[in-house]
Amino acid sequence: MSQLHIKEGIAKALFVAAAGISILAVALICVFLFANGVPAIAEIGLPEFLFGTTWRPANDIYGIFPMIVGSIYVTAGAIVVGVPIGLLCAIFLSRFASGKVAAFLKPGVELLAGIPSVVYGFFGLVVIVPFIRDNMPGRGLSLLAAAVLLGIMILPTIITVAQSALDAVPKKYYEGALALGADHERSVFRVIVPAAVSGIMAGIVLGVGRAIGETMAVIMVAGNQTVIPSSIFDGVRTMTANIVLEMGYAADLHRGALVATGVVLFVFILLITMLFNVIKKRGELK
Amino acid sequence: MPNATLEKTASKQEAPATYMPHAQGQADERQMKVKAPIDAPAKMGVHDLDLYYKDFQALKNINLDFPQNQVTALIGPSGCGKSTLLKSLNRMNDLVEGCRVEGDITLDGEDAYRSIDVNSLRRRVGMVFQQPNPFPMSVYDNVAFGPRTHGIKNRADLDEIVEQSLRDAAIWDEMKDRLKKNALGFSGGQQQRLCIARALAVRPEVLLMDEATSALDPISTAKIEDLVGELKNKYTVIMVTHNMLQALRVSDKTAFFLLGEMVEAGPTDDIFTAPADPRTADYVAGRFG
Amino acid sequence: MSAKLTIAYESAGTPAVAPGSGDHIDSLFAAVEERHRKQRRVVSTLLRLVVYLGALLTTAVLLFLVGYILINGVPYITPALFEWEYNSTNVSLMPALVNTLIMAGLSLVMAVPIGVGSAIYLVEYAPRGSRFVQIVRTTTETLQGIPSIIYGLFGMLFFVTALHWNLSLLAGACTLAIMVLPVVMRTTEEALLAVPDSYREGGFGLGAGRLRTVFRCVLPSAIPGILGGVILALGRCVGEVAALIFTAGSIAQIPNFAGEGFAALFDSTRTLAVHMYALASEGLHVNETYATAVVLLVLVVLLNLLATFAAKKMNKGGADA
Repeated sequence: MSQLHIKEGIAKALFVAAAGISILAVALICVFLFANGVPAIAEIGLPEFLFGTTWRPANDIYGIFPMIVGSIYVTAGAIVVGVPIGLLCAIFLSRFASGKVAAFLKPGVELLAGIPSVVYGFFGLVVIVPFIRDNMPGRGLSLLAAAVLLGIMILPTIITVAQSALDAVPKKYYEGALALGADHERSVFRVIVPAAVSGIMAGIVLGVGRAIGETMAVIMVAGNQTVIPSSIFDGVRTMTANIVLEMGYAADLHRGALVATGVVLFVFILLITMLFNVIKKRGELK
Repeated sequence: MPNATLEKTASKQEAPATYMPHAQGQADERQMKVKAPIDAPAKMGVHDLDLYYKDFQALKNINLDFPQNQVTALIGPSGCGKSTLLKSLNRMNDLVEGCRVEGDITLDGEDAYRSIDVNSLRRRVGMVFQQPNPFPMSVYDNVAFGPRTHGIKNRADLDEIVEQSLRDAAIWDEMKDRLKKNALGFSGGQQQRLCIARALAVRPEVLLMDEATSALDPISTAKIEDLVGELKNKYTVIMVTHNMLQALRVSDKTAFFLLGEMVEAGPTDDIFTAPADPRTADYVAGRFG
Repeated sequence: MSAKLTIAYESAGTPAVAPGSGDHIDSLFAAVEERHRKQRRVVSTLLRLVVYLGALLTTAVLLFLVGYILINGVPYITPALFEWEYNSTNVSLMPALVNTLIMAGLSLVMAVPIGVGSAIYLVEYAPRGSRFVQIVRTTTETLQGIPSIIYGLFGMLFFVTALHWNLSLLAGACTLAIMVLPVVMRTTEEALLAVPDSYREGGFGLGAGRLRTVFRCVLPSAIPGILGGVILALGRCVGEVAALIFTAGSIAQIPNFAGEGFAALFDSTRTLAVHMYALASEGLHVNETYATAVVLLVLVVLLNLLATFAAKKMNKGGADA
């Protein structure tokens, strides 16, 4: 075998190995999370862990139901705040904005995507929380504050994905609608937006994934009480917050329970990723 | 008018198609269809029309009438401006940046650009595109889109319009059991006839067809040509075509365009048998284009 | 046109259009059209306003957020904030800033070769539709969706505990490397796919091997795209907190490479974002927190500009080809 062949062979092997690392990474993450979390769940008992409403590590009571509900509430709130604004902004960028306005807004959205979550969290802490405290019931650190803040944080995700879906709708649909006597607004809202719906859904699901996994910003504004909130002005603790807040000093079963919280979060994320893929596939088939 | 019909029939018999001997067999049968007289009143008219794309003049001083309840064909080589003219009739050129129209376009004597609301104009002057473009929704919703746009909400009314429009486009029998199916699941020819039905559903007075058969197979093309022959009883049809035989088969009046100018216009048979301009003669004889 | 004439002109076949059938439908249109047009105009104006409002709100949020941080932070950017040693009086962000650069650099040194290598394999080597490629794609997508706190948990369980690296620069950098790996992979893949096949054919045509073709003909024109991905990854490293607090810890000191050599890799460190989180949650140094936020923002904006610049370069390269 010539020297060239050996070189080619080594290079190829290196590239394959590199490609294999991402598989290895996912495998390691799964193994280590489950190996450390599942025994704790077994010890606590799956129903007690998932549906227990009391979290009191001092007494070895670990029910993460309030945190699961908290994550879902906060995410739902973020969707309520972020999706309408994001979608409208995407429609604006795709079908209404003049070149100059888009040239300003587009980098702005990219900047919004790049701002670190601590900065968002700090902004929430010094602006949103005091505003809620001064004008509404409660202490300000609340489900509402977290929802508004996360709604802002998922804006760039939704805008970017929805805009590219809207941009991809063929021009012939728009022309067809106009030729029937529909005006610009009706053509956009009744033909173009429905035609882009699977892409828009994908963007929303991606936003859900981001919201449910967001940690630092939520901790700073949500209040973090381990109780199921009874109003949007109550504090709330998400699964992500639960891990960060207590991992620093947790040991033994407590630590296991926190890792197990991570396992539950991981399963949520896997389900969302699968949903995203299904929606994307369906969009491609169409 | 009946007299005119008789004359036409007579002239038809004594004017065998000498221009394209190689296409005889295919064309013969449909040429038997009797053509309408040319002296019908003008439904639409174009007067002293100049059209610019930024600095480029795409149409130069066009004067042309489109007779009511007749089929007018616009022919000419690519880039001659025939599609541009068609699109200016329902103001689809408004979408093109830097497009400027000077001169008059009239619909029933009214100024189409200044005295008719653009959305009303597009309702009254429907359009079928080169590529079939049904919306990615059900057959029913496609056809109902136009009527809904113009304010018809009642379900029974919509049902009636959808059925009548599909019948008018001669695809009711194919579609009646599949009204809820996504329109994109049908063949190209079916999609195009669906688009015709969709255009008819808003009760247009004029129907513009922009090379509506160029993306279709011969059988679908023949179906649509037959359909156009029927449609002119109710609508004024204006079609752009690359296919000279199609113009000959389907149209009553033909206008020939070259480099943004209209070379000549007249009864289809005259244009093909006895063109006044040598350039027309060269084109219809297939010597260029 | 009367029915008589219609029949006179028909030659063969049954007419698809029944004469006079449209009268009722025409009256339906006549009944609603005029009133509806006015209604429609109102609805359309409202819709347009709502769309503008969405864009306006997004713009307002962006300007308010950035403006608020700048106005409150810029006055407190003092020389004391940039002193080499951190203590509780100067609250210097300098060690954290240096740590951020070391941490990000270290994780990119790991992530970029692996990411670029695997993208090269996927685009240039792998047979189309192979199982291996499908699995790699799926895992990359999965990695991209995993939130950073999960990476943090994993880093803590694997690097810190199982490998006994303790809270350290290296554990943090490795965790970040896995986190940004899919970003580098995806952007590199896209950049490679954008290179026209004629470049590859050119390389093979000259008798070059696959390796030489990739490195001499394909990779150079994909560089701006890859760079864009690297900058994106850098941005994520700079802003990351959740993945670092349980892997790299929060000691506000620069690892002592001069004294300890490579052993300094196992020192605990605090990056700028973690530093800011610590300040914000202590709540003692609000002004310095604002100032730190400004520095973080400026870093992110700079990286954004760089990425945009790289993307522009990439597009230009594509246009030339």
